[in-house]
Amino acid sequence: MSVYFLCLILFCIGLYCVLRKRNIIKIIIGLGIIEYAVNLFFVLIGYRAGGRAPILAKDQVVLNMVDPIPQALVLTAIVIGLATTALMVAIAIRIYEKFGTFDITKIRKLRG
Amino acid sequence: MELHLLLLFMIFAAVAAVEIKDLLSSVIAVGAVGLGLSMVFLVLKAPDLAITQLVVEILCLIILIRATIKKDLPLIRDGRWFFNTASTFLFIAAFLLFAYFALKELPSFGYPIMRVAKEYIAQGLQKTGATNLVASIILDFRGYDTLGEATVLFTAVMGVLAIMRRVGRIK
Amino acid sequence: MKNNKEPGMTLIVKTITRLTVGLILLYGIYIVLHGHISPGGGFAGGVIIALSFVHLMLAFGREVALKKLSQAAASILESLGAIMFLSIAVLGFLGGYFFLNFFLNKGRPFSLFSAGIIPLCNIAISLKVGAGLFAIFVVLILFKGLGEEE
Repeated sequence: MSVYFLCLILFCIGLYCVLRKRNIIKIIIGLGIIEYAVNLFFVLIGYRAGGRAPILAKDQVVLNMVDPIPQALVLTAIVIGLATTALMVAIAIRIYEKFGTFDITKIRKLRG
Repeated sequence: MELHLLLLFMIFAAVAAVEIKDLLSSVIAVGAVGLGLSMVFLVLKAPDLAITQLVVEILCLIILIRATIKKDLPLIRDGRWFFNTASTFLFIAAFLLFAYFALKELPSFGYPIMRVAKEYIAQGLQKTGATNLVASIILDFRGYDTLGEATVLFTAVMGVLAIMRRVGRIK
Repeated sequence: MKNNKEPGMTLIVKTITRLTVGLILLYGIYIVLHGHISPGGGFAGGVIIALSFVHLMLAFGREVALKKLSQAAASILESLGAIMFLSIAVLGFLGGYFFLNFFLNKGRPFSLFSAGIIPLCNIAISLKVGAGLFAIFVVLILFKGLGEEE
Protein backbone atom coordinates (compact mmCIF):
# COMPACT_ATOMS: atom_id res chain seq x y z
CA MET A 1 0.00 0.00 0.00
CA SER A 2 2.80 2.41 0.79
CA VAL A 3 4.48 1.46 -2.49
CA TYR A 4 1.42 2.66 -4.41
CA PHE A 5 1.53 5.89 -2.47
CA LEU A 6 5.17 6.55 -3.34
CA CYS A 7 4.36 5.95 -6.99
CA LEU A 8 1.53 8.48 -6.84
CA ILE A 9 3.83 11.04 -5.23
CA LEU A 10 6.11 10.67 -8.25
CA PHE A 11 3.09 11.35 -10.47
CA CYS A 12 2.24 14.47 -8.47
CA ILE A 13 5.78 15.83 -8.82
CA GLY A 14 5.46 15.57 -12.59
CA LEU A 15 2.01 17.16 -12.46
CA TYR A 16 3.33 20.13 -10.48
CA CYS A 17 6.07 20.60 -13.06
CA VAL A 18 3.57 20.65 -15.93
CA LEU A 19 1.27 23.12 -14.21
CA ARG A 20 3.72 25.68 -12.87
CA LYS A 21 6.75 26.00 -15.08
CA ARG A 22 7.25 28.58 -17.78
CA ASN A 23 9.78 26.91 -20.02
CA ILE A 24 8.49 24.48 -22.63
CA ILE A 25 11.39 22.07 -22.10
CA LYS A 26 10.56 21.86 -18.39
CA ILE A 27 6.98 20.96 -19.32
CA ILE A 28 8.27 18.17 -21.58
CA ILE A 29 10.42 16.88 -18.70
CA GLY A 30 7.37 16.89 -16.42
CA LEU A 31 5.38 14.88 -18.95
CA GLY A 32 8.23 12.36 -19.08
CA ILE A 33 8.10 11.93 -15.30
CA ILE A 34 4.32 11.38 -15.49
CA GLU A 35 4.88 8.62 -18.06
CA TYR A 36 7.40 6.85 -15.83
CA ALA A 37 5.00 6.97 -12.88
CA VAL A 38 2.09 5.52 -14.85
CA ASN A 39 4.16 2.64 -16.28
CA LEU A 40 5.46 1.87 -12.81
CA PHE A 41 1.93 1.78 -11.39
CA PHE A 42 0.84 -0.76 -13.98
CA VAL A 43 3.69 -3.13 -13.25
CA LEU A 44 3.25 -2.75 -9.48
CA ILE A 45 -0.31 -4.03 -9.72
CA GLY A 46 0.77 -7.28 -11.33
CA TYR A 47 3.50 -8.25 -8.87
CA ARG A 48 3.12 -11.52 -6.99
CA ALA A 49 5.01 -12.12 -3.78
CA GLY A 50 7.49 -14.94 -4.26
CA GLY A 51 6.80 -15.27 -7.98
CA ARG A 52 9.15 -15.87 -10.89
CA ALA A 53 9.72 -14.00 -14.12
CA PRO A 54 7.26 -15.10 -16.86
CA ILE A 55 9.83 -17.07 -18.90
CA LEU A 56 9.61 -20.84 -18.86
CA ALA A 57 12.77 -22.72 -17.99
CA LYS A 58 13.77 -26.21 -19.00
CA ASP A 59 13.56 -27.91 -15.64
CA GLN A 60 10.58 -26.20 -14.15
CA VAL A 61 8.17 -28.11 -11.97
CA VAL A 62 5.92 -25.52 -10.33
CA LEU A 63 4.33 -22.58 -12.17
CA ASN A 64 4.33 -19.60 -9.85
CA MET A 65 4.75 -16.54 -12.01
CA VAL A 66 4.05 -12.86 -11.75
CA ASP A 67 1.22 -11.51 -13.85
CA PRO A 68 2.38 -11.24 -17.48
CA ILE A 69 -0.52 -9.15 -18.83
CA PRO A 70 0.49 -5.74 -17.36
CA GLN A 71 4.03 -6.34 -18.61
CA ALA A 72 2.73 -6.90 -22.13
CA LEU A 73 0.75 -3.65 -21.99
CA VAL A 74 3.62 -1.57 -20.61
CA LEU A 75 6.10 -2.92 -23.18
CA THR A 76 4.42 -1.11 -26.04
CA ALA A 77 3.65 1.93 -23.89
CA ILE A 78 7.35 2.57 -23.28
CA VAL A 79 8.19 2.80 -26.99
CA ILE A 80 5.13 4.94 -27.72
CA GLY A 81 6.26 7.31 -24.97
CA LEU A 82 9.56 7.79 -26.77
CA ALA A 83 7.80 8.63 -30.04
CA THR A 84 5.54 11.21 -28.42
CA THR A 85 8.48 12.82 -26.61
CA ALA A 86 10.27 13.17 -29.96
CA LEU A 87 7.14 14.75 -31.45
CA MET A 88 6.94 17.25 -28.58
CA VAL A 89 10.58 18.21 -28.98
CA ALA A 90 10.05 18.77 -32.72
CA ILE A 91 7.11 21.09 -32.00
CA ALA A 92 9.19 22.96 -29.39
CA ILE A 93 12.03 23.51 -31.88
CA ARG A 94 9.56 24.90 -34.42
CA ILE A 95 8.06 27.23 -31.80
CA TYR A 96 11.53 28.51 -30.99
CA GLU A 97 12.18 29.23 -34.64
CA LYS A 98 8.94 31.14 -35.06
CA PHE A 99 8.77 33.14 -31.84
CA GLY A 100 12.37 33.36 -30.71
CA THR A 101 11.73 32.24 -27.15
CA PHE A 102 10.74 29.24 -25.08
CA ASP A 103 8.60 31.23 -22.67
CA ILE A 104 4.94 30.30 -22.78
CA THR A 105 3.67 33.58 -21.36
CA LYS A 106 5.23 35.48 -24.23
CA ILE A 107 4.06 33.04 -26.86
CA ARG A 108 0.50 33.61 -25.91
CA LYS A 109 0.84 37.32 -26.53
CA LEU A 110 2.50 37.27 -29.92
CA ARG A 111 0.40 36.40 -32.90
CA GLY A 112 2.93 35.18 -35.45
CA MET B 1 12.74 -3.22 1.27
CA GLU B 2 14.95 -2.41 -1.69
CA LEU B 3 11.83 -1.44 -3.60
CA HIS B 4 11.17 1.40 -1.15
CA LEU B 5 14.79 2.56 -1.34
CA LEU B 6 14.77 2.65 -5.13
CA LEU B 7 11.46 4.55 -5.16
CA LEU B 8 12.85 7.12 -2.72
CA PHE B 9 15.88 7.57 -4.98
CA MET B 10 13.59 8.14 -7.95
CA ILE B 11 11.51 10.72 -6.07
CA PHE B 12 14.65 12.55 -4.99
CA ALA B 13 15.99 12.67 -8.55
CA ALA B 14 12.60 13.84 -9.86
CA VAL B 15 12.52 16.73 -7.38
CA ALA B 16 16.03 17.66 -8.51
CA ALA B 17 14.95 17.55 -12.16
CA VAL B 18 12.00 19.84 -11.55
CA GLU B 19 13.74 22.49 -9.48
CA ILE B 20 17.18 22.97 -11.05
CA LYS B 21 17.48 26.08 -13.19
CA ASP B 22 20.08 24.81 -15.65
CA LEU B 23 18.38 22.78 -18.38
CA LEU B 24 21.25 20.39 -19.05
CA SER B 25 21.43 19.30 -15.41
CA SER B 26 17.71 18.70 -15.19
CA VAL B 27 17.81 16.51 -18.30
CA ILE B 28 20.57 14.43 -16.68
CA ALA B 29 18.40 14.12 -13.56
CA VAL B 30 15.54 12.77 -15.69
CA GLY B 31 18.02 10.22 -17.00
CA ALA B 32 18.69 9.16 -13.41
CA VAL B 33 14.94 8.69 -12.84
CA GLY B 34 14.72 6.43 -15.90
CA LEU B 35 17.71 4.39 -14.78
CA GLY B 36 16.14 3.90 -11.35
CA LEU B 37 12.93 2.79 -13.06
CA SER B 38 14.85 0.16 -15.04
CA MET B 39 16.28 -1.24 -11.79
CA VAL B 40 12.80 -1.27 -10.23
CA PHE B 41 11.54 -3.30 -13.20
CA LEU B 42 14.32 -5.80 -12.54
CA VAL B 43 13.37 -6.10 -8.86
CA LEU B 44 9.73 -6.65 -9.88
CA LYS B 45 10.74 -9.65 -12.04
CA ALA B 46 10.12 -8.11 -15.49
CA PRO B 47 13.29 -8.57 -17.60
CA ASP B 48 11.70 -7.59 -20.95
CA LEU B 49 10.68 -4.25 -19.55
CA ALA B 50 14.07 -3.59 -17.97
CA ILE B 51 15.91 -4.03 -21.29
CA THR B 52 13.41 -1.90 -23.21
CA GLN B 53 13.31 0.88 -20.62
CA LEU B 54 17.11 1.13 -20.50
CA VAL B 55 17.65 1.55 -24.24
CA VAL B 56 14.62 3.83 -24.68
CA GLU B 57 15.93 6.02 -21.86
CA ILE B 58 19.28 6.45 -23.61
CA LEU B 59 17.65 7.50 -26.88
CA CYS B 60 15.28 9.87 -25.08
CA LEU B 61 18.24 11.55 -23.35
CA ILE B 62 20.01 12.15 -26.66
CA ILE B 63 16.93 13.73 -28.17
CA LEU B 64 16.25 15.92 -25.13
CA ILE B 65 19.80 17.23 -24.91
CA ARG B 66 19.39 18.52 -28.45
CA ALA B 67 16.61 20.82 -27.30
CA THR B 68 18.42 22.37 -24.34
CA ILE B 69 20.12 25.13 -26.20
CA LYS B 70 19.26 28.09 -24.06
CA LYS B 71 18.98 28.47 -20.33
CA ASP B 72 15.87 28.17 -18.24
CA LEU B 73 13.86 31.26 -17.41
CA PRO B 74 13.19 32.23 -13.79
CA LEU B 75 9.74 32.19 -12.30
CA ILE B 76 8.40 35.75 -12.36
CA ARG B 77 6.57 36.70 -9.20
CA ASP B 78 4.00 38.93 -10.84
CA GLY B 79 0.48 39.68 -9.70
CA ARG B 80 -1.22 36.31 -9.44
CA TRP B 81 1.72 34.21 -8.30
CA PHE B 82 0.30 33.36 -4.89
CA PHE B 83 -3.10 32.40 -6.21
CA ASN B 84 -1.61 30.13 -8.88
CA THR B 85 0.67 28.26 -6.51
CA ALA B 86 -2.00 27.87 -3.83
CA SER B 87 -4.58 26.55 -6.29
CA THR B 88 -2.02 24.07 -7.69
CA PHE B 89 -1.30 22.68 -4.25
CA LEU B 90 -5.00 22.52 -3.44
CA PHE B 91 -5.65 20.57 -6.62
CA ILE B 92 -2.82 18.13 -5.90
CA ALA B 93 -4.06 17.62 -2.32
CA ALA B 94 -7.59 16.87 -3.57
CA PHE B 95 -6.16 14.41 -6.09
CA LEU B 96 -4.17 12.59 -3.40
CA LEU B 97 -7.21 12.41 -1.14
CA PHE B 98 -9.34 10.74 -3.79
CA ALA B 99 -6.44 8.48 -4.71
CA TYR B 100 -6.21 7.30 -1.09
CA PHE B 101 -9.86 6.27 -1.11
CA ALA B 102 -9.39 4.49 -4.43
CA LEU B 103 -6.22 2.70 -3.34
CA LYS B 104 -8.01 1.08 -0.45
CA GLU B 105 -10.14 -0.92 -2.91
CA LEU B 106 -7.17 -2.47 -4.69
CA PRO B 107 -5.96 -5.95 -3.64
CA SER B 108 -3.00 -5.71 -1.32
CA PHE B 109 0.46 -5.50 -2.83
CA GLY B 110 1.75 -8.93 -3.83
CA TYR B 111 -1.48 -10.88 -4.13
CA PRO B 112 -3.12 -10.07 -7.46
CA ILE B 113 -6.30 -11.59 -8.82
CA MET B 114 -5.00 -13.33 -11.91
CA ARG B 115 -8.17 -14.54 -13.49
CA VAL B 116 -7.27 -14.33 -17.17
CA ALA B 117 -3.54 -14.73 -16.66
CA LYS B 118 -4.02 -18.18 -15.12
CA GLU B 119 -5.33 -19.44 -18.47
CA TYR B 120 -2.50 -17.79 -20.39
CA ILE B 121 0.16 -19.26 -18.12
CA ALA B 122 -1.34 -22.73 -18.08
CA GLN B 123 -1.93 -23.06 -21.83
CA GLY B 124 0.56 -20.62 -23.32
CA LEU B 125 3.28 -23.10 -24.21
CA GLN B 126 0.87 -25.63 -25.64
CA LYS B 127 -1.14 -23.22 -27.78
CA THR B 128 1.62 -21.07 -29.24
CA GLY B 129 4.86 -22.97 -28.76
CA ALA B 130 6.80 -19.98 -27.40
CA THR B 131 8.52 -20.15 -24.03
CA ASN B 132 8.58 -16.38 -23.52
CA LEU B 133 5.05 -15.82 -22.26
CA VAL B 134 5.12 -12.03 -22.63
CA ALA B 135 6.08 -12.34 -26.33
CA SER B 136 3.32 -14.88 -26.87
CA ILE B 137 0.81 -12.51 -25.27
CA ILE B 138 1.72 -9.44 -27.29
CA LEU B 139 2.02 -11.26 -30.61
CA ASP B 140 -0.50 -14.04 -30.41
CA PHE B 141 -3.16 -13.63 -27.76
CA ARG B 142 -3.35 -9.84 -28.10
CA GLY B 143 -2.10 -9.17 -31.58
CA TYR B 144 -4.58 -6.35 -32.18
CA ASP B 145 -2.92 -4.16 -29.58
CA THR B 146 0.45 -4.56 -31.26
CA LEU B 147 -1.11 -3.61 -34.58
CA GLY B 148 -2.49 -0.45 -32.97
CA GLU B 149 0.90 0.32 -31.49
CA ALA B 150 2.57 -0.03 -34.89
CA THR B 151 0.04 2.44 -36.30
CA VAL B 152 0.69 4.97 -33.54
CA LEU B 153 4.46 4.72 -34.06
CA PHE B 154 4.05 5.19 -37.80
CA THR B 155 1.88 8.28 -37.27
CA ALA B 156 4.36 9.81 -34.83
CA VAL B 157 7.28 9.29 -37.22
CA MET B 158 5.28 10.83 -40.08
CA GLY B 159 4.39 13.76 -37.84
CA VAL B 160 8.01 14.50 -36.96
CA LEU B 161 9.12 14.23 -40.58
CA ALA B 162 6.33 16.57 -41.66
CA ILE B 163 7.03 19.19 -38.99
CA MET B 164 10.75 19.40 -39.65
CA ARG B 165 10.59 19.56 -43.39
CA ARG B 166 12.47 22.42 -44.96
CA VAL B 167 11.80 23.49 -48.48
CA GLY B 168 14.68 25.58 -49.73
CA ARG B 169 15.81 27.29 -46.53
CA ILE B 170 18.90 29.49 -46.88
CA LYS B 171 21.22 29.87 -43.92
CA MET C 1 39.55 24.41 -29.38
CA LYS C 2 38.30 21.43 -31.26
CA ASN C 3 39.02 20.80 -34.88
CA ASN C 4 36.41 22.35 -37.07
CA LYS C 5 37.82 21.16 -40.36
CA GLU C 6 36.76 17.54 -40.22
CA PRO C 7 33.36 16.56 -38.86
CA GLY C 8 32.70 14.30 -35.91
CA MET C 9 34.52 13.75 -32.69
CA THR C 10 38.16 13.19 -31.73
CA LEU C 11 40.38 10.32 -32.83
CA ILE C 12 39.91 8.23 -29.69
CA VAL C 13 36.14 8.19 -30.07
CA LYS C 14 36.41 7.28 -33.74
CA THR C 15 38.69 4.32 -33.05
CA ILE C 16 36.47 2.91 -30.31
CA THR C 17 33.41 3.39 -32.53
CA ARG C 18 35.00 1.39 -35.33
CA LEU C 19 35.43 -1.51 -32.92
CA THR C 20 32.04 -1.49 -31.24
CA VAL C 21 29.45 -0.49 -33.84
CA GLY C 22 29.35 -3.91 -35.47
CA LEU C 23 29.02 -5.64 -32.10
CA ILE C 24 26.07 -3.47 -31.10
CA LEU C 25 24.28 -4.25 -34.38
CA LEU C 26 24.94 -7.97 -33.90
CA TYR C 27 23.62 -7.85 -30.35
CA GLY C 28 20.43 -6.14 -31.53
CA ILE C 29 19.85 -8.80 -34.18
CA TYR C 30 20.45 -11.53 -31.58
CA ILE C 31 17.82 -10.08 -29.24
CA VAL C 32 15.30 -9.85 -32.09
CA LEU C 33 15.81 -13.40 -33.32
CA HIS C 34 15.66 -15.01 -29.87
CA GLY C 35 12.58 -13.05 -28.89
CA HIS C 36 10.46 -16.10 -28.24
CA ILE C 37 12.99 -17.92 -26.05
CA SER C 38 14.65 -15.31 -23.86
CA PRO C 39 13.55 -11.84 -22.77
CA GLY C 40 13.70 -9.11 -25.36
CA GLY C 41 11.60 -9.22 -28.46
CA GLY C 42 11.01 -6.94 -31.40
CA PHE C 43 10.79 -3.58 -29.61
CA ALA C 44 13.98 -3.75 -27.58
CA GLY C 45 15.94 -5.21 -30.49
CA GLY C 46 14.68 -2.55 -32.88
CA VAL C 47 15.72 0.26 -30.55
CA ILE C 48 19.19 -1.30 -30.15
CA ILE C 49 19.62 -1.50 -33.93
CA ALA C 50 18.64 2.17 -34.21
CA LEU C 51 21.14 2.99 -31.44
CA SER C 52 24.00 1.44 -33.41
CA PHE C 53 23.36 3.76 -36.35
CA VAL C 54 22.96 6.71 -34.00
CA HIS C 55 26.35 5.85 -32.48
CA LEU C 56 27.89 5.90 -35.95
CA MET C 57 26.36 9.27 -36.73
CA LEU C 58 27.39 10.88 -33.45
CA ALA C 59 31.01 9.83 -33.82
CA PHE C 60 31.67 10.35 -37.50
CA GLY C 61 29.37 13.16 -38.53
CA ARG C 62 26.39 13.26 -40.79
CA GLU C 63 27.82 12.36 -44.22
CA VAL C 64 29.43 9.05 -43.29
CA ALA C 65 26.32 7.77 -41.52
CA LEU C 66 23.97 8.83 -44.30
CA LYS C 67 26.12 6.94 -46.78
CA LYS C 68 25.46 3.73 -44.82
CA LEU C 69 21.73 4.24 -44.51
CA SER C 70 20.24 7.17 -46.37
CA GLN C 71 17.03 8.85 -45.34
CA ALA C 72 15.04 7.48 -48.28
CA ALA C 73 16.21 3.95 -47.47
CA ALA C 74 15.11 4.38 -43.84
CA SER C 75 11.63 5.44 -44.95
CA ILE C 76 11.35 2.48 -47.32
CA LEU C 77 12.51 0.03 -44.63
CA GLU C 78 9.99 1.34 -42.16
CA SER C 79 7.10 1.02 -44.57
CA LEU C 80 8.33 -2.44 -45.51
CA GLY C 81 8.24 -3.53 -41.89
CA ALA C 82 4.70 -2.22 -41.42
CA ILE C 83 3.44 -3.90 -44.61
CA MET C 84 5.07 -7.20 -43.62
CA PHE C 85 3.39 -7.14 -40.20
CA LEU C 86 0.02 -6.31 -41.69
CA SER C 87 0.25 -9.01 -44.35
CA ILE C 88 1.09 -11.67 -41.74
CA ALA C 89 -2.04 -10.58 -39.87
CA VAL C 90 -4.26 -10.56 -42.95
CA LEU C 91 -3.02 -13.99 -44.05
CA GLY C 92 -4.82 -15.34 -41.03
CA PHE C 93 -8.04 -14.74 -42.92
CA LEU C 94 -7.26 -17.87 -44.89
CA GLY C 95 -7.62 -19.85 -41.69
CA GLY C 96 -10.87 -18.23 -40.68
CA TYR C 97 -9.73 -15.70 -38.08
CA PHE C 98 -7.56 -12.58 -37.86
CA PHE C 99 -3.98 -13.32 -36.77
CA LEU C 100 -4.31 -17.08 -36.74
CA ASN C 101 -0.93 -18.77 -37.08
CA PHE C 102 -1.81 -21.98 -38.79
CA PHE C 103 0.58 -22.26 -41.67
CA LEU C 104 3.78 -22.71 -39.66
CA ASN C 105 4.03 -25.55 -37.22
CA LYS C 106 4.89 -25.00 -33.64
CA GLY C 107 8.04 -27.09 -33.46
CA ARG C 108 9.82 -28.14 -30.31
CA PRO C 109 10.03 -25.62 -27.51
CA PHE C 110 13.38 -23.92 -26.79
CA SER C 111 14.60 -24.19 -30.37
CA LEU C 112 15.08 -21.32 -32.75
CA PHE C 113 12.56 -22.35 -35.42
CA SER C 114 9.56 -22.76 -33.21
CA ALA C 115 6.46 -20.86 -32.18
CA GLY C 116 4.79 -20.35 -35.55
CA ILE C 117 4.63 -16.78 -36.80
CA ILE C 118 6.10 -15.13 -33.69
CA PRO C 119 9.71 -14.84 -35.02
CA LEU C 120 8.44 -13.35 -38.30
CA CYS C 121 6.38 -10.79 -36.44
CA ASN C 122 9.40 -9.92 -34.30
CA ILE C 123 11.53 -9.27 -37.38
CA ALA C 124 8.85 -7.06 -38.96
CA ILE C 125 8.42 -5.02 -35.79
CA SER C 126 12.16 -4.57 -35.33
CA LEU C 127 12.51 -3.24 -38.89
CA LYS C 128 9.71 -0.78 -38.30
CA VAL C 129 10.85 0.48 -34.91
CA GLY C 130 14.53 0.67 -35.83
CA ALA C 131 14.16 2.49 -39.13
CA GLY C 132 11.48 4.83 -37.75
CA LEU C 133 13.54 5.92 -34.75
CA PHE C 134 16.61 6.43 -36.93
CA ALA C 135 14.61 8.65 -39.31
CA ILE C 136 13.38 10.72 -36.33
CA PHE C 137 16.94 11.10 -35.09
CA VAL C 138 18.34 12.20 -38.46
CA VAL C 139 15.72 14.87 -38.88
CA LEU C 140 15.79 16.20 -35.32
CA ILE C 141 19.42 16.21 -34.32
CA LEU C 142 21.26 17.49 -37.34
CA PHE C 143 18.85 20.24 -38.20
CA LYS C 144 20.87 23.20 -39.37
CA GLY C 145 19.86 26.78 -39.18
CA LEU C 146 18.78 27.11 -35.58
CA GLY C 147 21.45 29.70 -34.98
CA GLU C 148 23.18 28.38 -31.89
CA GLU C 149 26.88 28.86 -31.23
CA GLU C 150 29.17 26.23 -32.69
